[in-house]
Amino acid sequence: MRDIFTLALLFSAIRLATPLLLAALGGLFSERSGVINIALEGLMLAGAFTAASVTHYAHNPWAGLLAGICAGVLAAGVHAVACIRFKADQVVSGTAINMLFLGLPALFSGALFASSGSTPQIPKDQLIPWTPVIIAFVLVPVTWYILYRTAFGLRLRSVGENPEAADAAGVSVKKIRYTAVLLSGALAAIGGAYLSIGQSSLFTRNMTSGRGFIALAALIFGKWRPVQTMLACLLFGFTEAVAIQLQGVKMPSGDEIPNQFIQIIPYVLTIVVLAGFIGQSRAPRALGLPYVKEK
Amino acid sequence: MRALLRELAFPLVAVIAAFIVGGLFVWLIGDDPFHTYSLLIGSALSWPDGVGYTLFYATPLIFTGLAVAVAFRCGLLNIGAEGQLIVSAFAAAWVSIKFGGVVVDVFGSPLNYSWASLPALLLLPLSMLAAIVAGAVWGGIPGFLKARFGSHEVINTIMLNFIAAALVSYFTQYYYKIPGDPILQTAPIGTAAHIARLGRFIPGLPERIPLNLAFLLALLACALVYVFLWRTKWGYEIRSTGANPLAAEYGGISVRKQIVLAMAVSGALAGMVGINEVLGFRHRYYEGFSPGYGFTGIAVALLGRNHPVGVLLSAILFGILIRGGIFVDAFTDHVTKDLVQVLQAVVILFVAAEGAFRGSFGRFSLLKRSKV
Amino acid sequence: MLELRNITKRFGDVLANDHVNIRVASGTIHAIVGENGAGKSTAMRIAYGFYTADEGEILVDGEVRPIESPHDAIALGIGMVHQHFMLVEPMTVAENIVLGAEPGSGIALDLASAARQIRALSDEFKLSIDPRATIEHLSVGQQQRVELLKALYRQARFLILDEPTAVLTPQEVEEFFAILRGMREQGKTIIIITHKLSEVLAISDDVTVMRDGRVVGEVKTAETNAAELARLMVGRDVLLRVEKPDAKSGETVLSVRDLVVRARDHQPRVKAVSFEVRAGEIVGIAGVEGNGQTELIEALAGLVPSSQLDGQVEFQGRDITGTSARTRKELGIAHIPEDRHRRGLLLDFDLMENSILGVHYRPPATAGLGHTWLDNEAIRRRTNQIIKDFDVRPANADLPARSLSGGNQQKLIIGREFDLQPKLLLVSQPTRGVDIGAIEFIHSKLVRLRDGGCGVLLVSAELEEVTALSDRLLIVHEGEIVGEVDPKQATTEEIGLLMTGGKQKNAEG
Repeated sequence: MRDIFTLALLFSAIRLATPLLLAALGGLFSERSGVINIALEGLMLAGAFTAASVTHYAHNPWAGLLAGICAGVLAAGVHAVACIRFKADQVVSGTAINMLFLGLPALFSGALFASSGSTPQIPKDQLIPWTPVIIAFVLVPVTWYILYRTAFGLRLRSVGENPEAADAAGVSVKKIRYTAVLLSGALAAIGGAYLSIGQSSLFTRNMTSGRGFIALAALIFGKWRPVQTMLACLLFGFTEAVAIQLQGVKMPSGDEIPNQFIQIIPYVLTIVVLAGFIGQSRAPRALGLPYVKEK
Repeated sequence: MRALLRELAFPLVAVIAAFIVGGLFVWLIGDDPFHTYSLLIGSALSWPDGVGYTLFYATPLIFTGLAVAVAFRCGLLNIGAEGQLIVSAFAAAWVSIKFGGVVVDVFGSPLNYSWASLPALLLLPLSMLAAIVAGAVWGGIPGFLKARFGSHEVINTIMLNFIAAALVSYFTQYYYKIPGDPILQTAPIGTAAHIARLGRFIPGLPERIPLNLAFLLALLACALVYVFLWRTKWGYEIRSTGANPLAAEYGGISVRKQIVLAMAVSGALAGMVGINEVLGFRHRYYEGFSPGYGFTGIAVALLGRNHPVGVLLSAILFGILIRGGIFVDAFTDHVTKDLVQVLQAVVILFVAAEGAFRGSFGRFSLLKRSKV
Repeated sequence: MLELRNITKRFGDVLANDHVNIRVASGTIHAIVGENGAGKSTAMRIAYGFYTADEGEILVDGEVRPIESPHDAIALGIGMVHQHFMLVEPMTVAENIVLGAEPGSGIALDLASAARQIRALSDEFKLSIDPRATIEHLSVGQQQRVELLKALYRQARFLILDEPTAVLTPQEVEEFFAILRGMREQGKTIIIITHKLSEVLAISDDVTVMRDGRVVGEVKTAETNAAELARLMVGRDVLLRVEKPDAKSGETVLSVRDLVVRARDHQPRVKAVSFEVRAGEIVGIAGVEGNGQTELIEALAGLVPSSQLDGQVEFQGRDITGTSARTRKELGIAHIPEDRHRRGLLLDFDLMENSILGVHYRPPATAGLGHTWLDNEAIRRRTNQIIKDFDVRPANADLPARSLSGGNQQKLIIGREFDLQPKLLLVSQPTRGVDIGAIEFIHSKLVRLRDGGCGVLLVSAELEEVTALSDRLLIVHEGEIVGEVDPKQATTEEIGLLMTGGKQKNAEG
């Protein structure tokens, strides 16, 4: 009985970690290239809504997933153009993207489904409850490999650390950054799609409820490295699973265990890590800085 | 005059561009953009309901817009106004409950939430002060973390937003919710802490409209922020730090101190939202009362050029959007009030990318005055 | 052969390269010398495709080749080692070297074979670099050799080295030169940008001398000497003259003992210097820029954290070593910073706001309870006074500082600092980017301040300027004071030699 409880908890943790992991890996590509991505929340929402809507119409979750990815890439494209082409403040641009995709899905769902921000239920046989989980965890070694064992990864890391050096070595800083930010849109969108057509069976208003930011926290906690980021996501997924598990459970004193305290663990940890209390979490050196080449 | 026009030119372009993009979306979902916009603006400017509600919605945005602007002037991005105003609203409610003589009837037996029952003359200032101090503390934390450890204020304020929401939710749920209440909200505050609605003083403005004296406080805050930033030595130090930290250091200004100070002032301003919401409107802390005032404050500040007058104008513009959005929601086929969110986002994107048009790439080049 | 023909390059209003012609013969070591700002680095960055020239062309082996990016330059066999290394610190040597020229397919990066190749190159040129080491764990000298390897890995035939010895110790310089000679024997062509004449004489075959963006001399190293090069390098056509009475120096205002200033990376930039400045005299510091002058002045102004300092600073007999910039200003130490845009001004603020920077917290700038309120009336009076006394144009206190010309910006700063009625003035590059008329004006103001009994410590990269203004002249080289001369008697050659570290070298060999 006890064992089943833990196993169930573990599965729950993995499922809850999946959207975080996908978004965090997306964020990893973007931030390792030097572009801050606090837009993960909005990118996830774009993916989640589009995936659910297209699945509803096409009766095919794969079409939905693909459409979700396209939406994520498109949304990330806006961020990329603002940050790279127009050298906008990356945080401000990210905030705008988040707002945009809080509003747009609701606006469209009102028109498409006459609802206030949600899509219709999708039949159970049209959901993809496990594939994104597998994708997410397979992507961890793949990301590691890309980052550390391919020319693209080498260029990506160098552009995020020292774009001038990369430029001097003949690497196009722009090209790498665009690729990375668009990639982050695709991955975050898969994470979002998993929420709407994997874990649940519809899109609801603001259904990410801060997961994009937790993913960002996991990325920082994982020191911008794939394996550590995965572990951070699992930790945060686990805390969420525990919080759900403990809902309504009474302590010996008769009070409920307040799950608010479990919820804030990722956020508190992030602040602590950033202040340098647990090891050093060093951001890519050029993070947040537009590359302005002297001409 | 020409300088002023130039100052106004880009925000206007951004707003027009946002309306065009928004109109495109409206058209896409099958409504008439012109009809939608005329409905939106017409409903927001009608007397008395339109104007009353518009100014009521503008009030918290003036506070958060000022909050973001003060931080911006010091070169900091405070995206934690949302958390600061949540903490402040709760603090205001807490003081007004604890010292407001609140006794609630629960299933026939009285339940006392209070320690004391203070008169309005004491309770009201105390509650307001609680909101301001709580905001200052919650804003000062990321300021301190940046000054002491160099950790980025953006990440920390995001994290503190969530922490604020969770902590306040905890105290509300476990200590101040009336047993049996299905809604996550505190007990009502003592009536001595209520702020009068403006309808009581203005003929023709019905008292059912929640526009209250906190609006005047917001106007006062605009004036005070202007005086603080441009007429005191502290404001000078904050602005110098934002304009050129190396020159500020050369001028004997402690950059670290300014970071903490600016974030605390910013938090205090955001905290005043609690005065409008709790003392002036709901008379209790209600979870989820803010539809993102803190984030909209970023748009308000950017559009308002981080100047109190600009903030006032753009807060009223966004007040119009919120009020009109609710109307549009009800009276068009498809468009919902979420259009407002989209308009906000597009405004921010346009204003953020503007730095590039001016040819300067400083982090907050938007703040800089145009050349004469 | 690598040839730059008629290269012209402007940065805004500044003419960095003015019809520059440089011919570098294959298999030689070619030195390009000149003071900072002479345009050496710009010319070479153009050859490497980092900048594109406004006019002129580049010839490789006699053929005109368009070089629009480093990529093009690399393809033509041109490599460059920048003054500030272009290395990604958290990555390994091998990763840095292959970056942009990665071996293997797109799917797999073959770092192992690259490492073997790098090791072979390292052995061939006796560089002894481990390809697996992480850059941030290497010494500066090793990092430089990684930069060399980077160019060699790309099969560079022409190696451009920008101030390669600036970061090396004398022992490392010897080693480094041995490596360069080895490379020349292997048929490589080396272009070395430097301002150290001793090194030019030690290593090069040919020398091109640049000044003010132009080539002013081309000589064979064997046929020249340090004195001639120094004259070419620092000599100017117009000699500055400042009319000034002899100094009536009084008691010591500033006394510096064994002052060490370290940069953030813990490298010492000022190495245990000791000197004094007395009331009523101007002490000049001459030296090629980047030899610790900036750090020295910033440390004396209280702008360097005390954790980066050693030694002692006394002002009027009082130990002020760890005190803040504000305290020092209050004691009477004024500071005219070398870079008015970086340090000295709030460019977007108006002249009134700029005129109170540093005194903004006390009367007359403030009034009221606790000196809280900015007293705009008083500030305006003060600003207008400065504008009048220092002839700032346009005379409008409401203009942003940005809208003023360089000379007028500088006059505003000088006026602001003079208004403190300082006992000691720290002043760096007082006339940089300032028009002729303003230069004379500023010089006469400095002399008058001196005659009023203020001690002045003057740093300038303009040799004539320090020579003409100073009563005593200290010469710095690599963070040390290498000599003191009487500016009335010393010759340009003499000072130039000291500045370029030439004298000691000559004495040795």
